[in-house]
Amino acid sequence: MIPGAFDYHAPASLEEALSLLSANLDDAKVLAGGQSLLPLMKLRLAKPEVIIDIGGLDELNYIREDGDHIAIGALATYTDVAESELILSRCPLLAQTAVVVGDVQVRNRGTVGGGLAHADPAEDLPAAILALDAELKATGPDGERWIPASDFFIMMLTTSLMPEELLTEIRVPARDGYKSSYQKVSRQAAGFAIVGVAVCLKESAEGVCEDISIAVTGMTDVAFRAEKVETALRGQKLEDGAIASAAALVTEGIDPIEDVNATPAYRAHLAQVYVERTIQAARAR
Amino acid sequence: MKQTVRVTVNGRLYEEEVEPRQLLSYFLRETIGLTGTHIGCIIGECGACTVQVDGTLVKSCLMFAVQANGKEVTTIEGLADGDALHPVQEAFINNYGFQCGYCTPGMIMAADALLKKNPDPSEEEIREGLAGNLCMCTGYMQIVAAVKEAAGQVNNG
Repeated sequence: MIPGAFDYHAPASLEEALSLLSANLDDAKVLAGGQSLLPLMKLRLAKPEVIIDIGGLDELNYIREDGDHIAIGALATYTDVAESELILSRCPLLAQTAVVVGDVQVRNRGTVGGGLAHADPAEDLPAAILALDAELKATGPDGERWIPASDFFIMMLTTSLMPEELLTEIRVPARDGYKSSYQKVSRQAAGFAIVGVAVCLKESAEGVCEDISIAVTGMTDVAFRAEKVETALRGQKLEDGAIASAAALVTEGIDPIEDVNATPAYRAHLAQVYVERTIQAARAR
Repeated sequence: MKQTVRVTVNGRLYEEEVEPRQLLSYFLRETIGLTGTHIGCIIGECGACTVQVDGTLVKSCLMFAVQANGKEVTTIEGLADGDALHPVQEAFINNYGFQCGYCTPGMIMAADALLKKNPDPSEEEIREGLAGNLCMCTGYMQIVAAVKEAAGQVNNG
């Protein structure tokens, strides 16, 4: 359980971090909070020869209001997000999701940017950022570009970040007037999601669904939007029967993964139950 | 290549040469000899190695010692004031909050961090605050009772 040896760099600026990354493209890993990377290194599943520790870059550690958006620096921790007054009041889905990631210690060290860039298929936050139509800022030697959340996750542990780019900011639209919830099932306390569902919805005083976004993590290689469920519910009265029959659509065209925690059939069952349950939990808020 | 780290542990400054791959848990135990921090699973699951870094609760096996450079670490050895035990330590003794004792240093550090942030936690909040710390003797009832007592609540555990 001792990681392999590596050369350690702690750049003092984003610019320095980017040039170190460009100079070590083949053998460097970027270290932020380390809550995903260190276990992999100890198991020797990752053996980087160079570690670029961006954990000290205060310029990437912020949560701030930007008009109708909230800008979150890549180094904000899950605890920062879970406790941010701004996020709790204008985009609570992010806080509702961050607060069930891992345990206290992991949330204190783990960073939002590090988790998303790691792209574990059982991570919680991808569901929230998909449901929120977030945009992710990639910064490279030639400047920055914005990647929609729907284009960010390519496959298990793989994102659309280029090797010379760093994920530097996550930008989410404020969801004033929306209701939201994140619910997951995991095998034990503080566990990864076997299935996790994020829901953000707006309903009229009469209970008609004006807008809804639903995203599911843990089911397949990458988190996905449950578009068929969304379409079935948009414009409809949110009655129990309508929610249950729409939730059944979540597995259409989806081929759930099989692992030690769940068979594909069990995952499909959980997804239907949890989509229904999460919509109801959001409405109850 | 070794790196120099300057870390303040329990109020004392240490300047040591370490391999970058050295985990903070091993730095505490083997480099500076503070063996109160226990190593259990070493993959970040059990919480036995829990310490506070700049007042924040962390697992010291999920951090390289070089990442603690310039920071202040508090371990279980840093809680007591001379011979006077810390209130959380007293409460663990009063409530038999340990059986084999292996998880105890991490549990106490987690309980201390919880109470600093939330001086009057509900039982659910106590259990959530300790979710990252496993007791393999499964003595959680007494641990929760100890945290309640330390919080100044009536001990009804």
